[in-house]
Amino acid sequence: MFEKALIGSKKYWGLVIGLLAIMGVGAIFYLQQWNYGLGITGMSRDVSWGLYIAQFTFLVGVAASAVMVVLPYYLHNYKAFGRITILGEFVAVASVIMCLVFIIADLGQPTRALNIVLYPTPSSILFWDMIVLNGYLLLNILIGWNVLASERKSVPPPAWVKPLIYISIPWAVSIHTVTAFIYAGLPGRGFWLTAIMAPRFLASAFAGGPALLILLSLILRKFTKFDPGKDAIQNLGKIVAYAMSINVFFILLEIFTVFYSQIPEHMHHFEYIFAGLGEHGKLVPWMWTSVTLAVLSLILLINPVTRRREGILALACVIVFFSLWIEKGFVLVVTGFIPSPLGRVFEYSPTVPEIFITLGVWAMGFLILAVLYKIAVAVKEEIET
Amino acid sequence: MKIDRRGFLKIGGLGILGVAAKPVIDVVSKVKLAEASAKKRVLVEKRLAMVVNLKNCKEGCTDCIDACHRLHNVPNITNPKDEVKWIWTESYENAFPDQEHRFIGGGMKGSPAILLCNHCDNPSCVRVCPTKATFKRKDGIVMMDYHRCIGCRFCMAACPYGSRSFNWRDPRPFIKKINPDFPTRTKGVVEKCNFCEERLAKGLIPACVESCKNKALVFGNVEDPNSEIREILRSNYTIRRKPGLGTGPQIYYIV
Repeated sequence: MFEKALIGSKKYWGLVIGLLAIMGVGAIFYLQQWNYGLGITGMSRDVSWGLYIAQFTFLVGVAASAVMVVLPYYLHNYKAFGRITILGEFVAVASVIMCLVFIIADLGQPTRALNIVLYPTPSSILFWDMIVLNGYLLLNILIGWNVLASERKSVPPPAWVKPLIYISIPWAVSIHTVTAFIYAGLPGRGFWLTAIMAPRFLASAFAGGPALLILLSLILRKFTKFDPGKDAIQNLGKIVAYAMSINVFFILLEIFTVFYSQIPEHMHHFEYIFAGLGEHGKLVPWMWTSVTLAVLSLILLINPVTRRREGILALACVIVFFSLWIEKGFVLVVTGFIPSPLGRVFEYSPTVPEIFITLGVWAMGFLILAVLYKIAVAVKEEIET
Repeated sequence: MKIDRRGFLKIGGLGILGVAAKPVIDVVSKVKLAEASAKKRVLVEKRLAMVVNLKNCKEGCTDCIDACHRLHNVPNITNPKDEVKWIWTESYENAFPDQEHRFIGGGMKGSPAILLCNHCDNPSCVRVCPTKATFKRKDGIVMMDYHRCIGCRFCMAACPYGSRSFNWRDPRPFIKKINPDFPTRTKGVVEKCNFCEERLAKGLIPACVESCKNKALVFGNVEDPNSEIREILRSNYTIRRKPGLGTGPQIYYIV
C-alpha cells in the first residue's frame, strides 16, 4: 500500500517538500542544541521543563482522536464513524510519534535514552509512560494498517485485529492518565498536585483530538474525492461540545478549590497566570486568550444553530484547538515551576532555536500524517471507483 | 503402569516447568533473606544527617560554599538561568515559607539560611527517576550516577527544595581550577550535594562542615545515640524544611 504515498498531485508534493524544509530548519537548530546543550533553550534551574515537554503533554491529548471514533464504531456499531476510524487512528500515530520525539528533544543526554529500558524502574511514572505511549503507537499502526489493507481487498480484517481494537480503547485512557500522573504526584508543586489532573487530561483530549479530526476531515473533503460524511462530522462536533464543556467545568473546579481554600502554595500559581505576581506576568495575556477562546467555542458549539453550520463548526474547532494548546501546550507545564518551591518567580519564554526545533517536530508529525492520509485516501478512492 | 503419549507429555511438561521455576524461586528466597537481614541491621546501621545552626552562621561568610564547590568542581556560572549549586544561601523566608510571618524576630528576617540537599528519608527524586540514576544508599545519602542520568529532569520537578541543578551547558569552562580527584560533569546531566561520600569513604567529614570556623554545621550518624549530632538534637529545638510533604528531610535547623 505504501506505493500510494509516492504518487500524488503537485499540491501533495508541495506540502511534502514544505514540511521537509521546516524539518530541515528544525534539524539545523537541533544540531546547535546538540553541541551547546539544553541551555540554548529558555529553560532554567527554576523552570526546568518548557515548550518541549508541554508539546508532548498536549499531543498525548491529540492522540485521543482515535478512541473517540473507534469506541462509537466498534462498541456501539455507530456506522457513520466507520469511514473515519482510519483517520483517527493515523492522527494518533502521528501525534504519539511527535510525543516521543519531543521527549527525546528534551533529554540532556539523548544518546542514553535507552537507559529507561535497560534499567527499568517501575516506581517512575516516565517508565510507565514509555510503555503506554509505545504500546498505543504500535496498536494504532497495527490496527490502522491492517483494517485499511483488508478494506482495499474487500475482505473483513483478520480475526486477531478485533481484540487489539478492544484493547486500544482502555489503552487510550491509560496514555492520558499516566501522562497526568507525571505531574499529579509531585510533592511541593501545588499547581499540579490535584487528583483531577487525569480527568482534566481526558476531557481536554476528547475535545482537542476530535476537533483536529473535524478540521482534517473538512480539508480532505475539499482537496480529495474522499467524503468523510456529514453525519460523522456533525457527531464529532457534538463530542467536542460535550468534552470542551466538561474541560471548562473541571478548570472551574480547580479555581474554586484553590481560591476558596486560600492555600498559598496552590494559589500563587493561579495568581501568576491570571493576574501576574508583582511585575511578572508574561503568561497573563496568554491565559486570558485561552479563557476567552474557550468561552467563545462553547457558545458556538453548544448552540445547535451554529454547530450545524459546517463553516462555523470548523471555526469553533480551530478555536478549541488553539485554546487547549495555550492551556495544555504551554501554561500547564510552565506554571508548575512559577513560583519555584523557594518562592522565587523566574519567568520563562522559549528561545528562537527552541521554537524552530518545536516547529520542526510538528512538521515531522504533519509529514507522517500527510503520507498516511495520502495512502488512506488513495485506498478509499480506489474502492469507490 | 501404562503411560500413553499424552500422559508422557504432561509429566515431561511439568518437569520442565519445575526446572524453569527453580531460578525464579531462588531469586525470591534470596530477596527475602536480604530483607530480613536488612531489618536486623537497622539498629547498628548509619543514618547520616546534618544540623545547621543558623545562630552560628555568619552573614557574608561563604567558607562552606567555597570549600564544597571547589572540591566538587562545581562551575561558577553567574547567570541564574544556568547556575549550578550544591550548597548555597537563601533568605530565611524563602527557605522556610511555612514559617514566614510579619513579626519574625531573633534577627532571622531576611537573614541567610544555608541550603543543600536534604538527603530525604523518603526522597521523591529517587521515586521518579526512570533509570535509577539517583538512588538512596543504606546510610541515607541520596546519590547521583552522572553516567546513567539521561537528563530528563523529572527529579528537579519532584524535589520540593530546589536542591538539584542541571548542566544546561558544558560546565568545564566555568571551573576556575579543576580538582583532579573528583570528576567534572558533562552537559545534560543533573547534579547535587552528595554529602561528600568520597570523603566519608576515606574517613573524613564533609568539606562544608570542616571548613566552617563557627561550628554552624554538624554532621553525624543520628542512629548512634552517643553521637555529637544526637546530643545537639537533644539539647536544641530544631526545625526542618517543609516537613509536611512527607519527604523526611535530614537537614535539621537551629534558628
